[in-house]
Parts: sequence; structure tokens; C-alpha cells
Amino acid sequence: MATQETMKKPALEMLDTRNDGDETVQTFILHDEDHTLGNALKYILNKNPEVIFVGYSITHPSESKINLRIQTSGRPAVDVLKQAFKDLKQMCSHMLTTFESSTKYYKENHVDDTDMS
Amino acid sequence: MSHLEELRRKVNLTEYTIDNVNSTDFPGTYNGYDDSWSQGKFEETFQIDIVSLSGCDMEFDMVGVDAAIANAVRRILLAEVPTMAIETVSIWNNTSIIQDEVLAHRLGLIPIKADPRLFEYRQKDSEEQTSEDTIQFKLKVKCSRNTLVSDATDPDVLYKNHKVYTRDMEWVPLPGQEHLVSKIDLTLVKGLSRSAELGDEMELDLELHCVKGIGKDHAKFSPVATASYRLLPEIRLLRRFYDDEAEKLQKCFSPGVIDLVETSDGRKVAKVVNARLDTCSRNVFRHDDLKDGVLLQKVRDHFIFSVESTGILAPDVLVSEAIKILIGKCQKFLQELDEGAGDKGRQKKGKRT
Repeated sequence: MATQETMKKPALEMLDTRNDGDETVQTFILHDEDHTLGNALKYILNKNPEVIFVGYSITHPSESKINLRIQTSGRPAVDVLKQAFKDLKQMCSHMLTTFESSTKYYKENHVDDTDMS
Repeated sequence: MSHLEELRRKVNLTEYTIDNVNSTDFPGTYNGYDDSWSQGKFEETFQIDIVSLSGCDMEFDMVGVDAAIANAVRRILLAEVPTMAIETVSIWNNTSIIQDEVLAHRLGLIPIKADPRLFEYRQKDSEEQTSEDTIQFKLKVKCSRNTLVSDATDPDVLYKNHKVYTRDMEWVPLPGQEHLVSKIDLTLVKGLSRSAELGDEMELDLELHCVKGIGKDHAKFSPVATASYRLLPEIRLLRRFYDDEAEKLQKCFSPGVIDLVETSDGRKVAKVVNARLDTCSRNVFRHDDLKDGVLLQKVRDHFIFSVESTGILAPDVLVSEAIKILIGKCQKFLQELDEGAGDKGRQKKGKRT
């Protein structure tokens, strides 16, 4: 299954097309990902003022990978991507704690009807 | 609200189009706004309100987040939160009229109420099933004539085991799974789902193997019946609607959206009381005399989520798991970047020398 393949080969690849040392432009290949992560990443990268361009595409419906292209105004694209993942992770952590405290609060106030049957 | 704020925060519904659909709150779009990502600002505005949570259903509001993120949560709920489902069926005997492959497919769709977090994914190349990755069931049913009745025409009376239900499935704990008997409830979600129908002397003798999987691989692994969101509708009346016109306006929206309030001079005036209930049918735009007085909008960052679990895990657990999976994805790539970034650096240096 898909989960097994990710263990063997790296999930992230960097497309090395130009060798002029320009690190501000980079295409990343994210294996086994789709719009779920692609669009979320695009959003968070767009939120970064250093990013000039970001876009992603699913190469082909039968291939489970996305190409993510980042152009920055100076910082290496890798750093910007790393920052994006950090931001996204931090954001989700906050979403998780908020969600869990909300459900806890709800359950405390509605004791009888949360039982699954 | 200023025109700019309107653009940033609302989606406009007009007679034929939906305007201002895309998120535009990115740095560089608006003069005078700081739209760069800020965790602090996000935490200030982000909010989750549970509207209802009972049984398998849940409705909650997620406010202050972009569609890209809300959609990621929804997509993960549908396709990436794992569950256990029947993957292989060993058929020792099947004399029923249902073909082997059709029966196996039907069995695959049965929700198995086992906590997937207690199990591992089956390794691709492993031949052996282990107690960590497989749940095994036995289904052995034979239909026979009910000798107590002779003149019945109803097959349910005439035969014993005419219908095969999921409750006929019997869990066969694998060696090492004895501890699960007390820990998890391996009953099937719907003990009465019918999986086959048998005639006289027909027999089923099957061995069912459940594995852990995700909805992306096969829909039978999806833990939700539905998981969807809609944006919070907002209705504004730009002028007053009285009496007959007010009643006509009320009928254009879902029940409970518009209320008729009595004025001091005995007339009825239309008032928006609960825009949330509206299905956004845009019926009002069919009436030329009404459409100019109504503004229909949706709040761009207010998502009304509705999650309906298949019963394997509670819906609130599913949403938590979905967010954890998104965190896990970030974690996975961060780790690879930390390991791989150094490699690329070395590679570059090598080329220069």
C-alpha cells in the first residue's frame, strides 16, 4: 500500500534543473500528496511576504505526487518551505487544542447525548 | 463595513453568479493591510464552537481559518483517517446465489467497530498476518427448512437462516489478541446489516480478514458517511418589506430565516432572524420586485462543518485524528528537509570545485 512506499523512498525531492547556484527558485516534488497538503501549503506560502510566486500541480491523475514551485525574493526556497511547514504545523496544533477544549466543554455541559449508539 | 473589508471577508451571491470567491488576504494585495502569516493573530481570531454532538453526528463552527485549511481537514476526514475493513475473504464454501466476488465486495463494505489506533498497517511484502495488523472473523451459516411449519409462504418463517446478518460473523482472536477482548468492542457497528440471502440448503463458510487502510486506497476504509462544510450565510435587507411583500420575501428563504414583526401601526415588517438556516437557494432573485432590496452574502472564514461518522469512531475523535494527520504530514516533511537540506548543500559545493 501507499504508506509502505513512503518508508522506502524519500517523500520530498528537489528538482535540480538549473545549476547556476540560484537557490531562490526551486521546484519540489512531494510524493504521495495531493490537494490536501498542496493547497494548504500554497496558502501558507502565499502568506509569506518573501514569496514572489508559489504554485503546485498534480502531474498526472494516476501519479500520486505534486510539483510545488517556489520563487522568493532572496531567501533560499528551501528555508521558506521549511518555515511554511513549521507555520502550518503550529497552526494545526492550535486548531487541535482549540477543538479538543471545545469538545471537552461541550461534553461537560451535555452529559447525556454524546454517547455513540 | 468598508468596501475593502467587504471584499476581504464576504462572498457575494448574485442572481446568476457568485462573486468575490477567492481568498485575497495575501501580502501585497491590499495597501495598508498586513496580511503576512502571524500565529498570534490567528490564535486571536480562531474559534471552534460545537453546535451539536450526539451519536454519530456532529456539527461545529470553525471560524477564522482559510478554505485551504478547512478543506484539508475535510479531505483528510474522507480519505486519510484510517479504519479497519475486510480486505480478503477466504471462501471455503459458497452455495448461495451471490457470486464469490460480489459477496466479498459486500463484506468489505461492512464497518468494523475496532479502534484502528490499536493496529498497524499490513506490510506490503508480508505473507503472514499478525495479531498487530489483522482481525479475523468467521462466517459459517447454513439455511435449512424450518420443520415446525409446513404451510408458510414467507421465507423468513419457512427457513432458518434465510437471511445472513453481520451479527452472524464471529470474531476469531489471533494468537496474541486475547488482551483485546476486554479492551476493544469488536461488535459490528450495525449488527443487523444484511449481507446475503440464502435459500434452502444453501451454505456460506467464509474466513474474513480485516486490515487497516485509508479511504484514498478504497472507500470502504473511509471513517465518515459524510464530512462537509458550508459557509455561514448572511442576508441583509436594504429596504423595508411590509405586509404582502414581507410574506412573499419570507417564502423565498428557508423556514425560520425571515420573521414578520408587527410594527406599532399594525403593519408586518420582514426581519432577518436566523440567516444560518438558509440554504442559499437565491429564490429571492426570481422576483423582480424583491431582488433589489436584498443582499445575499457568505462569510468567507466561517465554516459550518457537519461530520457524520460510520460509527467506528466518534465524530469528535475523527476530527482530532484528521488534524493530527495534517500535523503528521508537516512533521514528516520537516524531518526530511532537516535531513535532506544538508545533502543538497554538499552536492552544490561538490559541483563548484
